[in-house]
Amino acid sequence: MPFSNLPLLVYIYQIWEEEGIEAIETWNVGEQQELEGDEESKLSIALDINSTCAKVAFFIISKSMNSPTPQFVPSRLGIYEPIHQIGIWGENFKSNGNPNTSTSVIVEVDNKLENESETTSHEMLTASNTYEQEASKPIDKIQRRLAQNREAARKSRLRKKAYVQQLENSRLKLIQLEQELQRARQQGLYMGGVLEGSHIGFSGTVNSGIAAFEMEYGRWVDVQHRQICELRTTLNAHISDIELRILVESGIGHYFELFRMKSTVAKADVFYVISGVWKTSAERFFSWIGGFRPSELLKVLVPQLDPLTEQQILEVCNLKQSCQQAEDALSQGMEKLQETVSSTVAGGPVDEVSYIPQVATAMEKLEALVSFVNQADHLRQETLQQMSRILTTRQAARGLLALGEYFHRLRALSTLWATRPPEPSLP
Amino acid sequence: MEKVTSLASEKGLVLFSKSSCCMCYAVKILFQELGVTPMVHEIDQDPEGWEMEKALKRLGCNGPVPAIFIGGKLVGSTNEVMSLHLSGGLLPMLKPYQTLC
Repeated sequence: MPFSNLPLLVYIYQIWEEEGIEAIETWNVGEQQELEGDEESKLSIALDINSTCAKVAFFIISKSMNSPTPQFVPSRLGIYEPIHQIGIWGENFKSNGNPNTSTSVIVEVDNKLENESETTSHEMLTASNTYEQEASKPIDKIQRRLAQNREAARKSRLRKKAYVQQLENSRLKLIQLEQELQRARQQGLYMGGVLEGSHIGFSGTVNSGIAAFEMEYGRWVDVQHRQICELRTTLNAHISDIELRILVESGIGHYFELFRMKSTVAKADVFYVISGVWKTSAERFFSWIGGFRPSELLKVLVPQLDPLTEQQILEVCNLKQSCQQAEDALSQGMEKLQETVSSTVAGGPVDEVSYIPQVATAMEKLEALVSFVNQADHLRQETLQQMSRILTTRQAARGLLALGEYFHRLRALSTLWATRPPEPSLP
Repeated sequence: MEKVTSLASEKGLVLFSKSSCCMCYAVKILFQELGVTPMVHEIDQDPEGWEMEKALKRLGCNGPVPAIFIGGKLVGSTNEVMSLHLSGGLLPMLKPYQTLC
């Protein structure tokens, strides 16, 4: 026993993960020990940490007692008092095994007993009076104290678990915030390009339009998440179709709200919307004219909707086809726009310094981009509308859940991708 | 405007467009995919183009181009055509004018 040489009255508990506390070493009640030499000035115990078993030797380090008397009178039982209020976290203990280091211990104290922690050392100091009384207390009182200590340690472990969980959540939140910050920076860089040569007033409006959208969109995603969770729980419960219809309507309405928001910010800066910088990276990967492809939406939804009636299958099939045709038409229109702008910008003599006419003409043509973004959103909206018409309420609810969950997973994928460990560099 | 209405009734499927308009191009592509060939009037190449544009706006077309007339009646602009198509209503209207290929 490494502590056997130390003239110290403490109880050492070994705490096993998920197991009760066992007092593995106690001094006999009634035994008095005297401090020797300068150990009187500070009390410490070497910590024995067996990392493979995650057991931690628990000990209390008390600051030096100012009592001049060599006899360390605070009773062992007096020390019980603070122990049963204290739980420990193994990882807070760092020890070099030197018994004489007066490392102070970070101890967690029960909330309700927290204000008593200040008094415990005081208790130890002044326990001399109680020592004689304590020594004569029966054994079962000790047992009760042991049980209390076990309970305290168990509670402490639970608190630790909760704290770690909270830390994990905060970590994820931090990652998300960092990503948002990076996105905002990207947008800032991008905005730098826009600001060149534009009026201060206009760019101010553009900036605030984008800032407003970013904030609204953040809220939109939160509400979306809540709605998905609500859909999930209500679909598992058995609520009436009428109540489910309300959820479906609000779910669809929520998407329409997004399209409205996008329409507003597209007027301020259409390139912002098309760039998809406001979305997570995985979502951006699938971006088509500033949002998701309607045909993609149907691909995600339909497998989740079985069983469909014959009539429904037919209607969904028709919707898929007309969706695809409309998408193709808009895609080709976009290509035509690119060609037009490109040839306009490239046109005119290059050996002349002035390019203003070309750029000015190109500006006019770019106005069309706004209508393309609007049309793409209109297509998304119509697709959702039609699906809502074709499906029953319950199917529509399942569809909304599937769609929301899909985008949620894409966002999670983005976060995961952003935090993946770096590739090992070649030697 | 008479010119607009008379042109609109000339053929079963009439499209008023501008040669520089990419959205009009998109609608043309859509009709192509659906197997129909509209009568196209590029109003930016028409001497009375400006009046025609005003007339289309007055008729309620918020493009004003592209403006689609089926059977002499105004269907609308891109928005209306897209909605109609997704709801399955466009094809039946186009059926009489579909060219067999």
